[in-house]
Amino acid sequence: MFHRESGVFKTSYAADMALYPLPIAKWAVAAFAGLFIVIVPLTLGEYYVSILNLILIAIVGALGLNVLVGYTGQISIGHGAFMSVGAYTAANLVVRLDAPFWVTIPAGGLMAALIGAVVGIPSLRIKGIYLAIATLAAQLIIEWTINHVPAISGGVQASIQVPRPSFFGVQLKSQTQLYLFLMGFAVLAIVGTSNLVRSRIGRAFIAVRDQDIAAEIIGISTFRYKLIAFAISSFYAGVTGVLYTYYLGIANYEQFQLTVSIDYLAMIIIGGLGSILGSIFGAAFVTLLPIVTRWFLESFGGLIFSAADLANIIPNLRLILFGGLIIFFLVVEPEGLNRLWRNIRNYFRVWPFSY
Amino acid sequence: MSGDVNGGEVSPGEAQLAISGVSKHFGGVRAVEAVTLSVRSGELISVIGPNGAGKTSLLNMISGFYRPDTGNIVFAGKDITGARPSHVAALGIARTFQNIALFAGMTVLDNIMLGRHVHMKAGVLSSFIYWGLAQKEEIAHRARAEELIELLELEDLRKQPTSGLAYGLRKRVELARALALDPKLLLLDEPMGGMNQEEKEDMARFVLDVNQQWGTTVILIEHDMAVVMDISDRVAVLDRGRKIAEGSPGEVQRHPDVIRAYLGTAKERREAAAA
Repeated sequence: MFHRESGVFKTSYAADMALYPLPIAKWAVAAFAGLFIVIVPLTLGEYYVSILNLILIAIVGALGLNVLVGYTGQISIGHGAFMSVGAYTAANLVVRLDAPFWVTIPAGGLMAALIGAVVGIPSLRIKGIYLAIATLAAQLIIEWTINHVPAISGGVQASIQVPRPSFFGVQLKSQTQLYLFLMGFAVLAIVGTSNLVRSRIGRAFIAVRDQDIAAEIIGISTFRYKLIAFAISSFYAGVTGVLYTYYLGIANYEQFQLTVSIDYLAMIIIGGLGSILGSIFGAAFVTLLPIVTRWFLESFGGLIFSAADLANIIPNLRLILFGGLIIFFLVVEPEGLNRLWRNIRNYFRVWPFSY
Repeated sequence: MSGDVNGGEVSPGEAQLAISGVSKHFGGVRAVEAVTLSVRSGELISVIGPNGAGKTSLLNMISGFYRPDTGNIVFAGKDITGARPSHVAALGIARTFQNIALFAGMTVLDNIMLGRHVHMKAGVLSSFIYWGLAQKEEIAHRARAEELIELLELEDLRKQPTSGLAYGLRKRVELARALALDPKLLLLDEPMGGMNQEEKEDMARFVLDVNQQWGTTVILIEHDMAVVMDISDRVAVLDRGRKIAEGSPGEVQRHPDVIRAYLGTAKERREAAAA
C-alpha cells in the first residue's frame, strides 16, 4: 500500500534517480531499519538472533553472486571456494599477525577478488554451461589446494581457530553483539550494491548480459567488465567467508564445499536474478528453509513417523524440498520472490480502484 | 577507458576516414574486395548496392567486428584496422544495426545513458559509494541524455522498457543511443528499413539535423533510393564486394554500371527470363 506515486512530482534529476523516489518508501525503509536495528536485538533471544546472523552473512554472499550471475549474466559454481579463500586469508592474518577485523575483512575480500578474476578469465571465450564447468574446476582445485597446503590450512584437519572480532576493544561475545556487527556489513553491501547497479558500472554489467555485441559498439569492453564482475562478486564472497569464520569461530574448508556454491545459486534463483531485494529474500528463504523444516517435523512429524525414522527423514526432506522449490520457481516464477513482491506491490498501487 | 574523443580533430574538407584497399573473404565468398573510400569530415555519404553487395561487411570492418584481410582503415589520423569495437567506439565512431541491437530489458533512458558510458569516469569504488562523484556525473550526463530524448521526441517513453516499443521507435532509440556517444562519425545501417513513409521522413529529418547542426559525419546504408538521393552529399555503390561507382547522387544515377547492377542488362534479363 505504500508504493503510490500519484501526486509525487520530481523537480530535479537527482530526485528522479534517488534510491527511494517516493517519500512513503523512505518512511517504510526507516521503519524497517528501526525494527531490525533496535527492536529485534532487544527482544529476540540468542538462538533466534543467531539464525538472523546466518541470514545477514548469506545476504552479503547472495548479493555478490547476483552481481555476477543476475546482473552480468556470467555463471559461477565456484563461490563456495572463493568464500574459503577469504576465510583462510583472514584466519591466517588473525593467527599469525593478530590482525583486527578491519584488516582481515578487506584482505579476505581482496584475495578472493584476485583469485576470482583469474578464474573469470575463461569467460572471455566461453559462456553458459562451459563457464559453469570451468568455475566448478576452480572450486575443486581451490578446495584441494587449501586441504593439502599446510601453510594455508594450518595443518591438522585443515581448520584454524579464530577468536571473535573486537570492536573498539570490546570483544563481540554474544549473538546480539555479533548481530549488530554483521548488520553493519549487510547494510553496507545492500546500499553499495544498489548504488553500483544504478550507476555506470552496473549499467555496463547489464549491457554485457543483455547484448554483448551492442555493449562493444557503445564502447564497453565486454572482457574488462566480465572480469570486473568476477572480481567484485568474489570480493563479496571473500567477505562472506571472513564473516562466516568469525561467526563459527573457526575456518574450515568443509564449510565452503560445492553444496555451498549451489545453495547460493539457489538463493538468487529463488529470490530473483538481477534484483537486490531478491537477494535478500533468497538469502532469508534458503537459510530458514532447513531450520523451519526441522522444527516442523520435530514438532509434528511424530504424528506420522516413528522417532527413528524421523532422524533419517529430516536431512533428506530438506534436499527434496530444496530441489522441488528450485524447479517450482524456475517453472512458475522465474523472476523469483522479488517478482511476487512486485506483484503484490503493483496490486496495491492503484488499490482500491484497480481500473 | 574514456578515450580522447576530441583528439585528432580534422578540419572540414580533409579525409576524416580513409579506407584503402580493404577486402574481406569468408571462405570462397568475397564479401568485400579491395574497396577504397575516403570520407570528409561533416559529409553525409550513402553506401548503396544490391543485397549481399558487402555494405554491412564494410561497416563491420570500420567498427571493428571484422578484421580486414587486406588494406587498412585510418580514422582521424589513427590506424584502426582490426581494433576492438569498444576501442573504435571510444575514438568517436558510433553505429546502429540493421536488426536493432538495443538492451531490451532496460528503459529508453538507460539505453541512452549507456551511450554516455565512454564519456563517464566513475569506477567501481565511486559507483559503490555513489553519493558525491558518481551522482554528480550521473546528473550531468542525464542532462545530455535528456537533450537527445528531446531531439528525437522520445519524452513520453523515457521510462519504458525498449522491448515494448514499436519497431520505428526502437530504431529511433538506437539512433539516440548512438548519438549519446557524441560521435565524430556515425554509421547507420538501414535506419529506415521496415518503416512506413511517415517514419522514414521523420528519420531522414533526424539524420539531417544531426549532420547539419552538429557537423557529424554520417555513413548511411539505405535501400530507399528516394531518401538516399535526397539527403546524401555523395553516394558510393557496391556490387558483389566491389565499389563500382562513386559521386554525387545525380552522377551515380546515370552511371551505366550502377544501372546494370540494379536492373541488369537487356541480355541478362532475356537469359534470366529464358532460364
